[in-house]
Amino acid sequence: MADNETKNDTPNGTKKPALPLQQLDADATKKPSGPPSGTKKPDGPPGAKKPAGPPGSKKPAGPPSGTKSKKPTMPPGFSGDGGGDGLTRKDFQSDQDVRWCPGCGDYAILSTVQRLLPDLGVPKEDIVFISGIGCSGRFPYYMDTYGMHSIHGRAPSFATGLKSSRPELDVWVVTGDGDALSIGGNHLIHAMRRNVDLQMLLFNNEIYGLTKGQYSPTSERGKITKSSPYGSIDAPFNPVALALGADATFVARTMDRDPKHMKAMMRRAHDHRGMSFLEIYQNCNIFNDGAFFEFTEKETKPERALFLDDGKPLTYAGGDRGLRLDGLTLQAVDLTTGRWSADDCVVYDETNPELAGLIGRLFWQEDLPRPFGVIYREERPTYEELLHTQIDGITERKGEGDLDALLHAGDTWTIQ
Amino acid sequence: MASAPPTETHPIQDATVLFAGDSGDGMQLTGLKFTMATAQAQNDLATLPDYPAEIRAPAGTTYGISGYQLHFGSEEVRTPGDAVDLLVAMNAAALKVHLRRVRKGGTIIANADSFEKRDLELAELDSNPLTDGALDDYNVIEVPLTSITRDALSDTDLSTKQKDRSKNMFALGLTLWMYSKPMEPAMKWLDQKFAERPAIRDANRHVLKKGYHYGETVEAFAVRYDVKPAPMDTGTYRAIRGAEALALGLVAASVKSGLSLFYGSYPITPASDILHELSKHKNFGVMTFQAEDEIAAVGSAVGASFGGNLGVCATSGPGIALKTETIGLAVMTELPLVVIDMQRGGPSTGLPTKPEQGDLMQAIYGRNGEAPLPVLAPGSPGDCFETAYEACRIATKYMTPVMLLADGYLGSGAEAWRIPDPDTLPPFDVNFATKPTDRTMVGTNGDRKFLPYVRNDDTLARPWAKPGTPELEHRIGGLEKEDRTGDVSYHPENHERMVKLRAEKIQRVQQEIPPTEVLGDADGELLVVGWGSTQGAIEEAIERAVDGGKPVAGLHLRHLFPFPPDLGDILDRFETILVPELNNGQLVRLLRDEFLQPCVPLNKIQGQPFTAKEIEQKIDALLG
Ligand code: SF4
Repeated sequence: MADNETKNDTPNGTKKPALPLQQLDADATKKPSGPPSGTKKPDGPPGAKKPAGPPGSKKPAGPPSGTKSKKPTMPPGFSGDGGGDGLTRKDFQSDQDVRWCPGCGDYAILSTVQRLLPDLGVPKEDIVFISGIGCSGRFPYYMDTYGMHSIHGRAPSFATGLKSSRPELDVWVVTGDGDALSIGGNHLIHAMRRNVDLQMLLFNNEIYGLTKGQYSPTSERGKITKSSPYGSIDAPFNPVALALGADATFVARTMDRDPKHMKAMMRRAHDHRGMSFLEIYQNCNIFNDGAFFEFTEKETKPERALFLDDGKPLTYAGGDRGLRLDGLTLQAVDLTTGRWSADDCVVYDETNPELAGLIGRLFWQEDLPRPFGVIYREERPTYEELLHTQIDGITERKGEGDLDALLHAGDTWTIQ
Repeated sequence: MASAPPTETHPIQDATVLFAGDSGDGMQLTGLKFTMATAQAQNDLATLPDYPAEIRAPAGTTYGISGYQLHFGSEEVRTPGDAVDLLVAMNAAALKVHLRRVRKGGTIIANADSFEKRDLELAELDSNPLTDGALDDYNVIEVPLTSITRDALSDTDLSTKQKDRSKNMFALGLTLWMYSKPMEPAMKWLDQKFAERPAIRDANRHVLKKGYHYGETVEAFAVRYDVKPAPMDTGTYRAIRGAEALALGLVAASVKSGLSLFYGSYPITPASDILHELSKHKNFGVMTFQAEDEIAAVGSAVGASFGGNLGVCATSGPGIALKTETIGLAVMTELPLVVIDMQRGGPSTGLPTKPEQGDLMQAIYGRNGEAPLPVLAPGSPGDCFETAYEACRIATKYMTPVMLLADGYLGSGAEAWRIPDPDTLPPFDVNFATKPTDRTMVGTNGDRKFLPYVRNDDTLARPWAKPGTPELEHRIGGLEKEDRTGDVSYHPENHERMVKLRAEKIQRVQQEIPPTEVLGDADGELLVVGWGSTQGAIEEAIERAVDGGKPVAGLHLRHLFPFPPDLGDILDRFETILVPELNNGQLVRLLRDEFLQPCVPLNKIQGQPFTAKEIEQKIDALLG
C-alpha cells in the first residue's frame, strides 16, 4: 500500500504556503465550513484569495535547475528506472522541453508515468497518449510514444475511436478537471458507460490553469478567482462520485505528492481491463497552490487522507482512527480510547458497489477523511471486445463480405 | 360490380405518380414497391420522397402528409418529374397539400371515404373539393378505399385497425394495374416481409389483388397506360437511394483500399439512413459507432484514422457546426477523414426533412483559421457511390479531411443505377509509413527521430504512420506544427509556411479532377453551372433548351473545392453564366470571386428541388 510518509519537501523546492497548513495543523480533522453554504477549505488558501500572477511572479517558483533540462527535479519517493523489455524511463522521454511552470504537480505525474511504463512490458510503439486542452494537454508531447494532443474535452472520443478500431493498442487519456468535467463531461461519462479499455488520468487541480486562473467544475463553492472575485457560487463535482455514477469499472484516486501511491494506482489502472478512471490531486502552484495540501502534506495527511486497502479495515491516522458503519452512515471513530478497535471498522471491498458509493461520496463531510486508492472495480466486457466479437460473429454467419455481391443485393435487372 | 368494357392500353413515354397520405398510411412503402415494379419493367426512373418532420402528426391534418413521387419513363429520366400525372390522395389533406403539383388534366384517385365533414375540418377545407368544382380541370376517380378494403377483409379475424393498414396495398394494386406493371415484385416482398405473420401477409396479398382487379372491373378506368422499357446502357441495374449509394461507396473504398471502415455517427435527419445502411455490413469489417454526440462522432472517426483506418462520419448542417473544431484538428494533424453533410434547410434546426444547398460556404470556409479542405458533391443518387469512393481516395492520398455535400433529396431519392464492376473502380492504394527511411528520419543512431511532416513531393501529403509501428513514434495535435519535424512551433515564419503548405496541398487535389464535361451547345452563349442534387433538373432544362435550338450548354461540378483546373477557360467561352442553386447564392459567389465572371444566380429556397421548367424559364429570360 501507499507510503503515507511523504517528505515535507515539495517538487523543485517549492515552499509550502504556510497559512493553510498552520490552520489545518490547529484543527486537522475539522473543516472550517460545510459544503452547502461555505467554502470547503480554510478561509483564504493563498492560491485562492488572490489569483496569482504568471509564473515567475511567485516566490518559490524557481525553474527546476534550468528549463532546458529534460529531467525536472523530482519529489522524493521515486524508485529507480524500470527494466522490462530493456526499456528505461529515458526511452519514454521525448526531446521536447517540458514547459509546465516550475513546481507544478504535473512534473511528478509525468515522471511517474515514465517510470512505470518500462515495468509494464508493453512495446513502446503500442502505447498512445491522447490528451485534451489545458496544462495536462501538453502531456503527450513529453512522451516518446505515439500521441495526440486533441481538442478541449474531446480526448475520450478520439481515444474511443482509436481503441475500438485498434484494440491491441495501449491507450491512455490525459485530462484535467476543466477538460474532462466541464467541456468534455459528455465524452467522459459515455466512455465510462461503454467501458472502453482506456486508462484515464484526470489531473484535478481545481482551477483553470492554462487560461490563467478561473474557477473550475471542481473548485469549491466560494472560491475567489479571476472569474469569481466575489466567490464562486457553483457547486463542485466530486469526480470519483461522478465516475461511479457513470458506471465506470475502475475508479481510483491518488495524489501528485505521493509518487509511490500514484505509481501503484497507475499500475492498477493499467492492469484493469476496461475504462480505468484515476483522479490525481495535482497541485497548481501558480493559480491554486495548496488546494490539496490538507491531504498531501505530512502535518495533516494522516488525519485527512484515508488510504484504502482491499480486504483491510478502514483505518487512518496511523491506525488511530477508523471508519465504522452506523446504520448506513460512515462514522469516524477514535481507536485509541479502547471503545472501538479496528475490528469495528468497515473492511474494505473494492468490488462492492454499495461500499464504493459510501466511500466515493466522502467529499464534504467535515469529520471524515478523503479516500485514496482503488475505490471501485468490476469486470465487465469492454466496448472494443463487444464490437469485434459482434463483427466476427456476423462475419462467421454471413461469410466475409463480397463487394460484388453487396452491390448486386436486392432486386436487379439486366439490360442486354 | 358490373363488368366494364375491355380497357384500352395507351403507350406513353413517361409518367409521374405521386402517392400521398397520412404519415401512418404507408405511402413511402407504397411508392417504393411501385418503384420496384417500374424498375423491373426496365423503365428509367427517379423518385422523391417527401415526408414531414413529425413522425406521426395527427391523422388527417395537412402537416402530417407524407408523399412519394416517382417519375418513370422509356427515355432517360433525370428528375422525379415537374408535374404529376397521377395523384393518389388517401385523404382530403393529402389532396389539399399536393394538388398544386398535379398537371391540369392529370388524374386524381381520391379515397372517397376520407372526405367526410371531419376530414375536411382537419384539412381546414371549407367545402368538399370532390363536389365543389375545385377539381374540374382534373380527371377525378373517387374510390372508397377504406370501405372496399374492409369489405375485402370482412371474413378475416383482423381488427378494423389492422384492416385499414392494408388500404395502401389496394392503392398500390390499382396503380400497378393502371400502368400495366406486374404485381409480382410486391407479392414477393410481402411474402418475405410477413413470412412470420401469415394472416397479415394473406390480407395484404388479397387487398393488393383486389386493387389490381378493381381497375379491370370499374368503368371509371377507361384507359391504362404502358411505359416501354428505356433504352439503357447494357449492364445490371438496381434502384438505389443516395443514402444506400453513399454507404456502398464507403464499403467499396474500404474493400479496395484494404482499410477498415470506421463510421462514427450521431442520429440526425437525414443522415441516419447511412448509419442504418452501414450497420448492416459488419461482415465487411465495418465498425459503426453510434456516438454520444456529433463531436464524439467525428472525434472517434479521427481517432480511428490516426490508428490507420478509414475514418468517416456523416451528419447534417447543425452537426457540421458541432464538428467544425474537430475537422480543423484533422486539417492541422493532416489525417484522412471523410465528412458527409446531408444538407437540409437551415439555419439552425431549419427544415430537417427538406433539401437545401445552404452549406457550401460552411463546407469550404466554415472553420477557424486558414483551414482548406477538398469539397465534393454528388449529382444524383447513383453518383453518391462514386463520389463517396472518390472522397475516401482523396482523403487518404492527400492526408486531409474531405467534405461531401449531399442532401436529403439525394439521400432518399432513388434512381436506376447501373451496378459497377468492382474491378473497374479507380485504384485505391494506401501506403503507410512502415519503417524508418532516410527521408523521414533525422539524427544519429541513438537519437534518431521520425519526421511526421516530411511531405510527398507530388501530393504534399505527410506520411501516415500508425501507432504500433516501431521507431515511428510521434506526436500530433492541434498546435501549429513545425515544418518537417511536426514539433510544436510558434515561429512566425513557420506558421505562414505551414498555412501555405496546407493550402497548396489541397490545391493539388486538382490533379485528381478529370476534364470537365460540357453538355449541350459547347459554342453557345449561355452556360448553366450547377452542383449537387440539382443536376437532374438542370440537365433536363438544358436538353429541352438545346432541343428547342437554343445556344445553351451546361456543366455540373462534382469538385467545389478546389475547382477543376479547366473551369476558368470554359467559363471564359460563354457570354452569360447562369448558376441555379437551392440557396441564396453561394456557388455563384465563389465563381465570381475566383474567375471574376458576372455570373447570374437563380435561387430557390423553399425546401423543394428545382423543376426543370423553372430553370428553362430562366434560360429563356436570359436569352431574351
Ligand atoms: S497546472 Fe498550474 S502550475 Fe501547472 S503548468 Fe498549469 S498553470 Fe502552471
